Amino acid sequence: MAEIKIITTDEIKTDEYLVNMGPQHPSTHGVLRLLVKLEGEIVHNVEPHVGYIHSGIEKMTEALSYPQIIHLTDRMDYLSAHMNNEAVCLCIENALQVEVPERVKYIRTIFDELQRLASHQLWWCASGMDLGALTAFFYGLRDREDILDIFEETCGARLTLNYSVPGGVMFDIHPNFQSKVKAFIKKFRKTLPEYDKLLTGNIIFQNRTKGVGVLSKEDAIAFGVTGPTGRASGFSCDVRKHHPYSAYPYIKFDEKLGTDGDSFMRWKLRMDEMWESLNIIEQLIDNIPEGDIAVKMKGVIKLPEGEFYQRVETGRGEFGVYIVSDGKKNPYRVKFRSPGFSNLFTINHIAKNWKIADLVAIMATFDLVIPDIDR
Amino acid sequence: MAFEKYDFTPLTQAIHKALIENVSPLLTTIIEWTIIGVLFLLFIAIFGLLLVYVERKVCAAFQQRLGPMRVGPWGLLQTIADFVKLLMKELITPKSVDKFLYNLAPFIVIIVPFLTISVIPFAPGLQALDFDIGIFFVTAVSSVGVIGVLLAGWASNNKYSLIGGMRSGAQIVSYELSVGMSLITMVILAGTMQISEIVELQRGGWFLFKGHIPAVLAFFVFVVAGTAETNRGPFDLAEAESELTAGFHTEYSGIKFAFFFLAEYINLFIVSAMATIVFLGGWMPFHFGDWAAFNNVMDFIPGLVWFFIKVFGIIFLIMWFKWTFPRLRIDQILTLEWKYLLPINLFNILLMATMVLLGWHW
Repeated sequence: MAEIKIITTDEIKTDEYLVNMGPQHPSTHGVLRLLVKLEGEIVHNVEPHVGYIHSGIEKMTEALSYPQIIHLTDRMDYLSAHMNNEAVCLCIENALQVEVPERVKYIRTIFDELQRLASHQLWWCASGMDLGALTAFFYGLRDREDILDIFEETCGARLTLNYSVPGGVMFDIHPNFQSKVKAFIKKFRKTLPEYDKLLTGNIIFQNRTKGVGVLSKEDAIAFGVTGPTGRASGFSCDVRKHHPYSAYPYIKFDEKLGTDGDSFMRWKLRMDEMWESLNIIEQLIDNIPEGDIAVKMKGVIKLPEGEFYQRVETGRGEFGVYIVSDGKKNPYRVKFRSPGFSNLFTINHIAKNWKIADLVAIMATFDLVIPDIDR
Repeated sequence: MAFEKYDFTPLTQAIHKALIENVSPLLTTIIEWTIIGVLFLLFIAIFGLLLVYVERKVCAAFQQRLGPMRVGPWGLLQTIADFVKLLMKELITPKSVDKFLYNLAPFIVIIVPFLTISVIPFAPGLQALDFDIGIFFVTAVSSVGVIGVLLAGWASNNKYSLIGGMRSGAQIVSYELSVGMSLITMVILAGTMQISEIVELQRGGWFLFKGHIPAVLAFFVFVVAGTAETNRGPFDLAEAESELTAGFHTEYSGIKFAFFFLAEYINLFIVSAMATIVFLGGWMPFHFGDWAAFNNVMDFIPGLVWFFIKVFGIIFLIMWFKWTFPRLRIDQILTLEWKYLLPINLFNILLMATMVLLGWHW
């Protein structure tokens, strides 16, 4: 009689193989390339390759004057265009020690929060689509349209706003602005629970995200993860709270903090942030003070010699502008600290040993914008 | 009864009689086969296109948009235009594929609906084949499709296709169990596997209502497992767009892609048709107790219409799943089958057998 051979799991282990996710892939939302090492369905290693949409913005700025730089910044994180613009403006204003009118601060902050809402809405619908819930996409875009219409009315642009200029904002708000924003808030307070109904409470959705891709607080700090992704791990990193700028010192709002650091927490945190943004706008919208919309600046802006840094909270995390000036009308060197870059590189750490479908879920809750990573 | 006048048997028998009197028996068989074959070919092509249109409209309704509106009235000609486009497209065969298997796969996938559709009774007397093992035939034949999917995934020489093919293999093989078992539950109640007889037995009431709790449970399991079998809805792992671009049919273009596409929709029809036949009384009209007037009105609607009303009801349900739920993960799909649906099913069969034995059903 033949001897029965017991096969252990080690013996039937198959070979690892490499899969290129991207640069053309539906779930990377742009030209990000992930070199994924798989064994069957299980992810063993993820190697992000960036640079496919590198446009050399930092180098280009060295040949441009300061007001011109602003127009490049909203091409980086195009979903947080206004915050990026504002960061550069704040940096220049701080360097020149210009105090902007109160009205400007209020308008900028309202725009910030509207932009954050629009960004989170697009994140919500895109990540729903990544998880296979295709209907989510249209619910999110429907509500985002209202915000873009408000933007369009005031500053003429829907995506790349270019609304901030050094010393103020480009135009005064449209006469309909306040009433439209209030109408939007009223409407969105009703439609936001729909988002929860459609996905958050769904058992399939919770199975897909709960406990998946846990990022611990220590790792979040070590990797420099910021924004909702970092806060979901319990890392208190809200620039609006810790280094308040514009009208944020005048208002009351909570910094939402998560505990688990898993995909579901990141999801939940962004949903909570949308509610918080609505609260912030409500506090500001009726109290916009009268006054000028800009300080008179010199025709040619020259920063004093030195190094200047300004950070703001975008939809994705902490965005920093670091300008080195040698006193000329162009900067000597500009460095942008983009949140997506730091957030992305944790992916190998947390996606290891999860399934390939979880890798997509993790990327979805990271809210990556590729031009923001590549700059 | 009133709806007997919609019986197709006299018509089919008249055709058969006319043929057999005029030509030889062999020629009669050949002509009849050809007629049936052409009819099914037309039915599959037209119904497939219609289902694509219906899906686009249903999905548009869920997503608060209009769907196709430009080509023809309400976009009715859109799918035809799409199909013509697919027909005219170049058939690209990537360099390093296994040519024979690569070309074979779409045909295996499209054969299955042709085989299965032959046993479906659309209306009284409108059934091509009536085996005494009809249900068994359906379950046996519908498992052939997975071979096509596996071949497509394997032969494409693409890692995404391979993952998609393997996923679909694991999934369909698992869910076939549930589909088969929920059908067995109903076969126990009916006492026969002949499809025409199963429909006939539901004259007094649909099995869904006749069979109490086990029938309802079996219906629930059948719809879930049927959705998984057709690679649709929350179970569309084999082609998970956001993970695997297009899964097993990534490398196919033109009419070969259209075959996969069409087969998916015809399989959707077959699953719905089977649910209709086994649980909802096939072409039998809806009767309510002893409301004679109501029942008479129902009888005036032809059996063919009843059949398609029920089929479209279930198709709508399955489309509803797809456009509402996020996608499951592969291990969760297998867990759902082996840890939940299968034990429920086994228990259900026992329950049904006990009920039938003790005569507790209506």
